[in-house]
Amino acid sequence: MTMAVIQALASHWRAHRLQLMTLLVGLALATGLWSAVQAINAEARASYGRAADQLALGQFDELHHPNGPIPLSRYVELRRAGWQVAAVLEGPIRIQGQTVRVLGVDMVAYPALPAITQMEQSGTPPDPADMLTAPGLLLTTPALGPLLNGQTGLPPVLISDALPPDLILTDIGVAEVLLNQSGKVSHLIILPDQPGAVPPLTDIAPELDRILAREQLDTAQLTHSFHLNLSAFGLLSFAVGLFIVHGTVGLAFAQRRGMIRTLRALGVSMRRLVWLIMAELSVLAIIGGTLGLVLGFFLAGALLPDVAATLRGLYGAPISGQISLQPQWALSGLAMALGGTFLASGHALYRLSRMPVLSGAGLQAWRSAASGSWIVAIAGVAAIVGGILALLLFGGLVAGFVMVAGMLVGSALVLPYALSLVLILFQRSAKGPIAQWVWSDMRAQLPGLSLALMALLLALAANIGVGTMVSSFRLTFTGWLDQRLTSELYVTTATDQQGRDVAEWLSFQVDAVLPIRSVELAHSSGPLFLYGIIDDQTYREKWPLISASDGVWDRVIDGTAVLVNEQLARRENLWPGQSLVITPTLTLTIAGVYSDYGNPTGQAIVSMPRLDEVAPNAEARRFGIRVAPGRATELAQALREEFDLPPRAVVQQAVMKAQSMAVFEKTFVVTSALNILTLGVAGFAILTSLLTLWTQRLPQIAPVWALGLTRTELARLELLRSVLLAALTAVLALPLGLALAWALLSVINVEAFGWKLPMYLFPLDWAYLLGLTLLAAAIAAALPAARLLRMPPADLLKVFANER
Amino acid sequence: MLVIFDKVQKSYPGGRPVLRDVSLSLDRGQTLALTGESGSGKSTLLNLAAALDTVDSGEITLDGTALSKLDDPGRASLRRKSLSLVFQQFNLIPSLTVDQNLSFHARLAGCHDPDWCAHLADRMGLSDLLARYPENLSGGQQQRVAIGRAMAARPKLLLADEPTGNLDETASATVLDLMLSLVADTGAALLLVTHSHEIASRLDRRVHLAGGQLA
Repeated sequence: MTMAVIQALASHWRAHRLQLMTLLVGLALATGLWSAVQAINAEARASYGRAADQLALGQFDELHHPNGPIPLSRYVELRRAGWQVAAVLEGPIRIQGQTVRVLGVDMVAYPALPAITQMEQSGTPPDPADMLTAPGLLLTTPALGPLLNGQTGLPPVLISDALPPDLILTDIGVAEVLLNQSGKVSHLIILPDQPGAVPPLTDIAPELDRILAREQLDTAQLTHSFHLNLSAFGLLSFAVGLFIVHGTVGLAFAQRRGMIRTLRALGVSMRRLVWLIMAELSVLAIIGGTLGLVLGFFLAGALLPDVAATLRGLYGAPISGQISLQPQWALSGLAMALGGTFLASGHALYRLSRMPVLSGAGLQAWRSAASGSWIVAIAGVAAIVGGILALLLFGGLVAGFVMVAGMLVGSALVLPYALSLVLILFQRSAKGPIAQWVWSDMRAQLPGLSLALMALLLALAANIGVGTMVSSFRLTFTGWLDQRLTSELYVTTATDQQGRDVAEWLSFQVDAVLPIRSVELAHSSGPLFLYGIIDDQTYREKWPLISASDGVWDRVIDGTAVLVNEQLARRENLWPGQSLVITPTLTLTIAGVYSDYGNPTGQAIVSMPRLDEVAPNAEARRFGIRVAPGRATELAQALREEFDLPPRAVVQQAVMKAQSMAVFEKTFVVTSALNILTLGVAGFAILTSLLTLWTQRLPQIAPVWALGLTRTELARLELLRSVLLAALTAVLALPLGLALAWALLSVINVEAFGWKLPMYLFPLDWAYLLGLTLLAAAIAAALPAARLLRMPPADLLKVFANER
Repeated sequence: MLVIFDKVQKSYPGGRPVLRDVSLSLDRGQTLALTGESGSGKSTLLNLAAALDTVDSGEITLDGTALSKLDDPGRASLRRKSLSLVFQQFNLIPSLTVDQNLSFHARLAGCHDPDWCAHLADRMGLSDLLARYPENLSGGQQQRVAIGRAMAARPKLLLADEPTGNLDETASATVLDLMLSLVADTGAALLLVTHSHEIASRLDRRVHLAGGQLA
């Protein structure tokens, strides 16, 4: 019996191949977009994990100096006292425009670094003598190898797969030279197996802070917000794809009601039918999910390089640009496809299981369906209110996402009711019979199209919201760059002495030489970069303060106050008037807060004498130079010649801005791609809804044709109807999109990245999006309309004949 | 003559003939019942007369206009202005109220007369149902709306395809009475397809189709 029932159920798909294809494509798109995002996230996390394992990050306690680097002498004292510690010196260098992280480890003290151990077990182990004796050895990845080999003056390079990307691992002695930080140690690793009788650290190195392994902030924590944002977008794409599945399965079930009735009348129990339909849905979910995984894999491969560049740029996160196929990723993708299919089909399956065996097809009770939309609308309002309450009551990033989800889902649920009200208004004001019919018929179509229109609403709102956020960010960022990059030239010298020479040489030729000096401090809030400034009008006029107290600059310059960046202010709730503990011995009043986009860490600015107190050895190799813009090129050339500086050591303002903007644009490549794909999926949802509704449309259209409208006129009206519905949805999506933009700018960004952005409006972008939406709706409706146009009268007459 | 069928031939797409050399005519004010077994070609003949389909050969002339000479817009215009249809399944527009359905065809034809529509609604016993939607009406009420819609445009020819086929005996009698009295009042011609000999006997003339030919 089971085989006979399966044959009967499968016959539906044979007769409705387009429906089957739609269902599979919907599943594939939903799974594909979600899986792509998950693959990217998994790859990034795997990269962080690999890097942590290879470099033993977060495995041992560390010693840090609160005021910056640890003097080499302190390291020596600790070793002599019996402490098994290893010195680490790390920092960035730029090679041919690419930033590379140099990690120098005392290989004598810590020869068992996992990456080294791994290399020793490989086919080409490094000779320990080469590592430790001049000129040393640079260990790096195959990707960086050619870049380093092309450089002169560098030690020999050994390539290894056992290293994180964009990293040079070497002995600390070599790193001192590469980073030009002789005699300095970034931090000390406390190795396991310490001897029993060593003096306490508080006696021999009281100034050093011991950071426990579990307290160390790792890359995964730093990038958590970024990945959460990406996951949220993936989930939205998944939800939009599920709308297609829901619509198709709902229609298939409705069309099979007659068959189900017959099967039940023939003695098949509803329980057996439900199980078989669930098995059928599972098979379809696995097929669609597998197609989605293939799609997701290639999509992730295409997007990963840009994501990697963003993560490197924003967080310095080590991430490889290649996607690898993980079994758990494929399994979770299939699980999502199965779960999503049952989520999208649950309601239809439940209704089918409750169908009385003698229920008839009856009239198409469109008004009953439409009138039920107010209950859904109330649920939608409840979702919106629930989301807002979650944010107000709990706060934080997750509550922010709950609010955004509540707003989006709630608005989607309210949409059919809202559209119905709008269409009633239009219908009432319509004069001619055709106009009246068109508006009323649009209302009649709403129940069938509402899911596709919800998907469109979500996609449009996401586009407007994310687009407004990115454009607002771009506008703010551009203005901010103009304020922050005010110097016409930026110079980086090779040594502090050369820096002093350059400053002296320039002092009589330019308007101002602004030293850029900083030190990284271990602060209770995380790493804190402390900058020193001199008194100059440039800061007073240009620095982008978002909050300031009276006499802000005078107080900073006289050393009684400090400026903090927005991230630190929001994270620690530190605002003008409050105090910032910079070191155990230095606490200053906060005089102002400045915007500092694209930087995840805390930053503070004090006067130059204050910086010298905290970190007398802070390097003095970088300068901003104020000069008449017309002289910048000539001066840059003169500087290079006078001090034999490489071209990259003297950079003009325009180049710096262009580089910053390039990083900015790359950051949003993934978001834009997902945005467009989601809109494409929504357009496809409309197409599939129109196609699946096609069989139900003919009984509505044929009588009007019989009453005297031509097929051409009806086809035009079909097209117009879809375009009008899409246009109305787009109009309703605008306020939702702007609300989303506000939430992203004022809630999510603040919680995730620590900065709040002003919101700007971009009506031209909306007009473009509306045009794109209307085009998508017209394309989606073109196929059914063309079918109608070409339909022979005999087929339309079947509507009347079939009902006999 | 208002309608003339002259040696009309029509085949299904597969080539099987449905109508073979059918010739008949109908004048203003006349009522004609078309009877026959299922598949005899009754509905096909009605559809051809309604300019919903085209003949393979022969000619149908309606009020002097040869239908084969008309293009698609011409045929649509003819359907709007010169004739009306009543279907077995009523085929009302579900999204419009009774009132809007009643006037719909007349407004399409550009000959809407609110007084005439009100009169029709009153005569059909629909005056209290004008604000309702078709799904809230009984089958008999829906068919009365369909007849009202057809007559509101004051057609020269009313074509009805099994108009009582879905109704019980009482409702059938009411609907037929109303249709015949309205046709008589307006002077329209009626071509009615039916299986029922009883209904056919109430019309002026009756022709029987068998195997695509007039018997």
